[in-house]
Formats: sequence, structure tokens, C-alpha cells
Amino acid sequence: MRIELQKRPDISKLYSILSPLIALALMVVAGAIMFILLGKNPFHGLYVYFIEPLTDPWSREQILVKATPLTLIAIGLAVCFRSGNWNIGAEGQYLIGGMFGAMIPVLFHGWESPLLLPLMLIMGMAGGALYGFIPAILKSRFGTNEILTSLMLVYVAQQFVDWVVRGPWRDPQGMGFPGTKSFNDSGLLPKIFEFGDAHYGAVIAVIAAVALWFMLSKTLKGFEIAVLGQSPRAGRFAGFSAKQMTLFAFLISGAMAGLAGIGEVSGTVGKLDDKLSLGYGFAAIIVAFLGRLNPLGIVAAGLVLALSYIGGEAAQISIGVSDRATRVFQGLLLFFVLACDTLIHYRVVLVSSVKARM
Amino acid sequence: MAGKDQLKTNAKQVPLLETKGITKIFGELYANNGVDFAIQEGEIHALLGENGAGKSTLVKILFGSLQQSAGEVFWKGQEVHVKSPSEARTLGIGMVFQHFSLFEALTVAENIALSFDADVELSDVSEKARSLSAQYGLPLDPDALVGDLSVGQRQRIEIIRCLMQDPALIILDEPTSVLTPQEADTLFETLFRLREEGRSILYISHRLEEVQRLCSAATIMRHGEVVDSCDPREETAGSLASKMVGADVEGIEHKTAGKTGEVVLALNNLSMGTSHPFAIALKKISLEVRQGEVVCIAGIAGNGQGELFEAISGEDRQDDPHQVVIRGTDAGHMSISRRRNLGASFVPEERLGHGAVPEMSLTDNMLLARHASDASEFKKMGRLNVIAQSAIVAATKRVNEVMDVRKSAEDPPAGALSGGNLQKFIVGRELDRKPSFMLVNQPTWGVDAGAAAHIRQSLLDLAASGSAVLVISQDLDEIFEIATSIAVMADGHLSSPAPAADMTREKIGLLMASSGADQGQAA
Repeated sequence: MRIELQKRPDISKLYSILSPLIALALMVVAGAIMFILLGKNPFHGLYVYFIEPLTDPWSREQILVKATPLTLIAIGLAVCFRSGNWNIGAEGQYLIGGMFGAMIPVLFHGWESPLLLPLMLIMGMAGGALYGFIPAILKSRFGTNEILTSLMLVYVAQQFVDWVVRGPWRDPQGMGFPGTKSFNDSGLLPKIFEFGDAHYGAVIAVIAAVALWFMLSKTLKGFEIAVLGQSPRAGRFAGFSAKQMTLFAFLISGAMAGLAGIGEVSGTVGKLDDKLSLGYGFAAIIVAFLGRLNPLGIVAAGLVLALSYIGGEAAQISIGVSDRATRVFQGLLLFFVLACDTLIHYRVVLVSSVKARM
Repeated sequence: MAGKDQLKTNAKQVPLLETKGITKIFGELYANNGVDFAIQEGEIHALLGENGAGKSTLVKILFGSLQQSAGEVFWKGQEVHVKSPSEARTLGIGMVFQHFSLFEALTVAENIALSFDADVELSDVSEKARSLSAQYGLPLDPDALVGDLSVGQRQRIEIIRCLMQDPALIILDEPTSVLTPQEADTLFETLFRLREEGRSILYISHRLEEVQRLCSAATIMRHGEVVDSCDPREETAGSLASKMVGADVEGIEHKTAGKTGEVVLALNNLSMGTSHPFAIALKKISLEVRQGEVVCIAGIAGNGQGELFEAISGEDRQDDPHQVVIRGTDAGHMSISRRRNLGASFVPEERLGHGAVPEMSLTDNMLLARHASDASEFKKMGRLNVIAQSAIVAATKRVNEVMDVRKSAEDPPAGALSGGNLQKFIVGRELDRKPSFMLVNQPTWGVDAGAAAHIRQSLLDLAASGSAVLVISQDLDEIFEIATSIAVMADGHLSSPAPAADMTREKIGLLMASSGADQGQAA
């Protein structure tokens, strides 16, 4: 007896659309069970996690703040994943992007100019793209596995940024705390509202999502991405190069992650410090799949995942569950999204093994 | 096996396998509609029909890989529900598929062992394979690496794998489409031997001469229904063909007689190294194809035809631009898109995964091969390269009408079409451009008689309109039908082309063997 996945002959359109919602529902059920096992009231727990943040204006803004980097990174990953390149190292590209973007305001600290912010954003994208280029070139030149190299480069980036903010770029007046000098006003992404934390990075993220949606669904480049992702040999016949696509996909997703990094540095923190790595680059993988690798779907998925972060913070305080619970929720969500997609395309059958007659 | 006398008496009374009213519906398409047929014990039974006639569907139901929507299957008089191929094998039904599922990096015995349970000893499999191979005249070395074997030898692996189960019924899907005439003869002897043992064979083929030679009964299908059953030995190839397509088959019409023009494609000492361990190196190939000509390259599969295709198409480029010249322009360094822009067009052997993306719609697959050559029509807004969907939809519609592509939906994924219909689409996609040079690898591989005639006629018409056509084929009947001149490929070498009128099967056979050292290996 063994379990086999058999491809379904026809795939239900309805379930394909509903899949992320089913996954969310299953996550809520599994989360309720988790609360019961922890000895908490499941209804109260779920309320604190997923409803309460929406009732409070401050929390709503925080959701926007968290959703911004998640969305930016995830739309880049969508391009990458659709083309069959598995960039798991967005966290590293996000960190290096933040560091590159901080370079000008740190090294030329007194400089005030309306050019500063655009330059910082461009530098951030360039930094992320360059860092994404490393696994891409290793894959296209030497055939290394990009999953491993991109992931390992995350740890390199974490250590490197940590050294930079403790060593060469540390603010001499910073009482020994790791971190650079705070940026001048012209180096800060402006806030959307007079009071509060939401910054224009959110607007940039929506614009970028629409632009990438247009590229993926309406242009020849998007077609090339889809063809190479599904059938590299047919792609070669069409005159598309899988190697160039690897470089392109990593450049785009690296640049988006870098943009998220500098957005976070310049819009939320106001300086580069040792707390930039919050796992957005990994959570964005969940966002990308929850959004069905469609940039517009990803905007919605980014808000959902941001909600789980804010809810998790609230839950720590009001019901006393560990922040690990948030990770569990995110992991459950990815698990259910992938499981739903798999079960839409395949059915599970029990096969009794047949002895061959010899 | 039971005693022979008993078998013979049974044969008169109860058919080995019988179907009653088999119906299979996909969406709104009746792939099978009330199919009744029966195979007696010890009979070679032909299943004839055009592509899309429902043969594959019926066979998949018998072999358990599809479930019928209605109707019954009887095995030795008892109703059975075959839910999976392994159940079919347990009943005693074996199948040899048209496309093999073998791992090239493993040995013959290892490949066979993979289909059994893990606790089977490799040495037992090896020994059993050796004795079966001797018993049925199928020379095969169980320790040979599959990657080193010819297509004919690979087919023997599949047959032996099937015989390991001691089946009472063996289903063969287009078994000779990959074989040389000599290899096919060996196969026929094996089939006769199996029949003498009382086994039955369901033989699917579109080669009518073979069916007449082998089979004592035939069931003919059209549009999902059984339209006739007959004894093929009492029919002519023409009468069988007209039963299949439902009308008299038109003979192929040659419009030009030897009027040829300028050289359109020239290969000058084209040499290519190998990119992977199982590839064949191309060795100093020179060839000219002129306007109005159909040059055919014969040869046994795996002698460098695929490599030659990719070298001419530009999927593999050359360092020396002069090795491939298209319409007077050195093109060796050019990409496939730039070669297309010079007026060349290409139809690869594999339809799914090379010529088309299976999951993508026909319109997307139209764009796949023509985004560069039809850039002004299929793309808009300059550098943005926005896809002009309406122009692509129109071109797809045009091709589907001209080539009579039958499909179950308005714009289905390429993988949903039957082989013949997809091939008509892929050939039509290129013809629609009116290319000045066309390269086709295996134009009618696994394609039914009606579609094959349509495709061959359109290649001849293309040549007659002043284009140059180069065809790579293993089907000698096809080659003699359309070629103005013939060259033979063996072990990466290409013989110099000779006029088709001066060529015979024997001459081609000799050229095939001239440097093909691998042929004697198995014996």
C-alpha cells in the first residue's frame, strides 16, 4: 500500500480562485486548535490576532507599514518564481539594499537636497539587484543550485550589515549602540498622514505592483517569463534564453527587495541599525504564493500577512502567547496554500502494490 | 499457459476481451461513443483510425488509465472494472507505448526492475530478460546502458518488460513508427511467435500494408465510433484508408517537375561537438536546398537528426557563421529568432515541450514561434512590446481553418489536442508565414493517414510556390512520396543527396548501415 498523487484531468476553475481563501480558513481552524492546546480561549485568541488590529487606527497604519516591504519583496519574487528561478535569499537582498541606500546619507551626512531621496532609492535597488546577481551568475555560469546559494548569502548579508553598523558606520555620538547617525529630513521618505507612521513606500509598492502586473500579463517579457518557467526547451525554440532569464529575474527581485530595504531604512527607522533583518524576505515567500504569484493578488496577501504580525504583537501583550505563535501562523498559512494548490491539481489515491509474476 | 487445445476451443466461444457500449465523454466531446468490439484468443487484431478517432481513449480505458463514462468490459466472458494499469497487468493485459518511459542513465535490467516491487533481485530480472530475449528473437543485452541503445532496441526493452508479466493480451501502440524496415521485420516475427503461443495482440497502426500483413481482423474507428470491422487481408490499402477517413483518400499531387531555383539553405562543413553524453556529434555536413525542392534526410533515429535540427534552427549556434547560410546570408552565429527573420521556419520533432508548451493555449503557442518574425503585427507600443492579442487570435483562427484543426474548445491548451491535430497546427503556424525555407523534423510521426496526407501535401505546395523544404524523416514511404532528392544520415555524417528517382530502399539501407556501427551491437 502506498500513497500516490495523480494529476487531475480537469482542474476546477472555481477552486483555483478560492484556494487562498480556503487556505486562510484552514489556518484559522488550525490556529484555534493551537490556542486550545495552549489553554487559551480560541475565539478570544483569534479575535485578538485577526480582528482587533483592524478596529484601531494606529494598528491599521502599522499594518500598512509592515505590508509595504512584504509586498515589494513578494512582487519581485513572483517574477522570479514564475520564471522557474527559486530565489530564497530576498532577505539578504533586502539588507544589502538598505545598506546601499544608506550609503550617501551616511558618508555625506551634511548633504541636503531634493535629489537625495531618489538617489537613495536607486542605490537601494542597485544594491539589492547586485546582491541578487551573485546567485544568478553562479547558476547561469556554473549551474549551482540557486536555492542554496541565495539562502546562504542571507547569512553573509546579516553578518556584514551587523559589522557595518557596529564598526565603520557607527554613530560616534550613539552611546555605543550599533547604528548610523540619523538621516537628515531630505533623506526620509515622507509620511502619508500628518500623524502616524505610514510612509510613501506604501504608494511606491502599489505602483510597482501595477507595473509588474502589466509586464507579466500584457507584454512579451511576461510571456517569455511564463514560457521559460513552464517549458525551458520550448522557450529555447521561441528564441528565449533561460540563462538571461535567470539574470533578469534575480535582478528584478533583488531590486524590489533592495527597494523594500531602503524604504524600511528611510521611511520607518530613519537610519541603518542592527535591527533591519526582521524576516520580511522569508515571509514574502508566503505572500507571493498566497497572492498566487500575481502582483495584484500579492498586494492583498501582503496586508493579510502584515495583519498576522500586528496581531501577534497584540497577542503577546493581551493574552500572553509567545511571538513564536506568529511564526506558526505564517508557517501554517504557507503549508495550507501549497497543500490547497497541490490538491487542486492532483488527487490522492491509495495504491495497493501488485506483485509482479515472474 | 493452459494447454493449446483448450485455448483453441475457447477461442470459438468466448472472446478474450470484449467491450459493449464503451462511451467516454470529455466535457462535451464524445471521445468514444458506444464502442463494441471483441478480440479472440490467438489473434492479431488491428485498431485503425485517424488521430482523434478515439483509439487512444479506448486503449487507455482497456489498460485502466482512463475510466469509461458508460459501457462494460468483459475479460474471458466476465465483466471487469479495470481501475489502474497495475490491475490491467494483473488480469493479463500488457501494453507497449508509442513513447517509451526509460531512464537513459540506467541499464536495461535496471529499467525493467523499476516496474516491479523493490524486493526483486536485479540478477533475476537480468536472467529472465536474457531468456525471454532468446526465446522471442529479440536480441538485447540486459547489462547495456539504455542511453547507448537505438530506438528499436529500446522498444525491445518495453516488449520484454511487458512479456515479464506473461500477458494474454498485448497492446502495441504504433510500434513500427520508429523502426527501420529490417527492425520492423524482426518485430513481426516476434509477434507471430507470440500469436502461436495463443496470446492475442491489439495492434494500433496507421500503416495499412503492415496491418494487412499481420492482422486477421481489424476494427475501424472514426469520430469515436466503430464504423466497420473487417478482415484486412481481404481489403486493399485504399479501401482500408477510405474506411478510416470516410472518403476516398486523395493521392498526393506533385505540382512541379524538377523546376528548381536559387539555393536558399546551404550547409558548409557544418560540425558540432556534443553537449551531453548521449548526443551525436555532427561531422562536416554539407548540403544545399534550392527553391522548389523537397530534400529529405532519411536515417534511423538517434544518428544526429535532432542535433542537425537544432544546429540549423539556431537553438545551437555555430562559431563559424559560414557553416549555415540562409538566403545568401551567413547565419551560423545567429539566434533562432534572427534566422526566422531571414525567412526560415522550423517544425521540431517533439510537439509537446519543444514545438509547443502543453499548458498554454493555441494562441499563446502561436506567439511562441512567431513573436520575432511577426513583430510588427503581434506586438505594439514600441519598446514596451505589448502583446497584440487580437492579431494573434486572428492568425490562430486562420491556421485552424486552413489546416482543419479539430479541437474540443475555442482556444484549448496545446496538450489537449490529439497528436495529429496539434501537428497540423504547428505545421500550419509556420506555413501561414509563407516562409522561404522550412525545416521539418518527422512531419507525420504518430499522425493518422488523413492528417499525414494533408501535411505532406502542404509541404509539396510550399515547395511548388518557390520555397525550399528540408524534411528529416524515418518514414521511407513518406520520403519516397514527397522527396525530390534524398540524403541519408548515419552516425553524424550526411551522405550527399541523390535525386529521389535514383534511390531505392536497398541503397538507403546500405547508406544507413555504412557508418552506423551501433546496429550490429545487440545481435
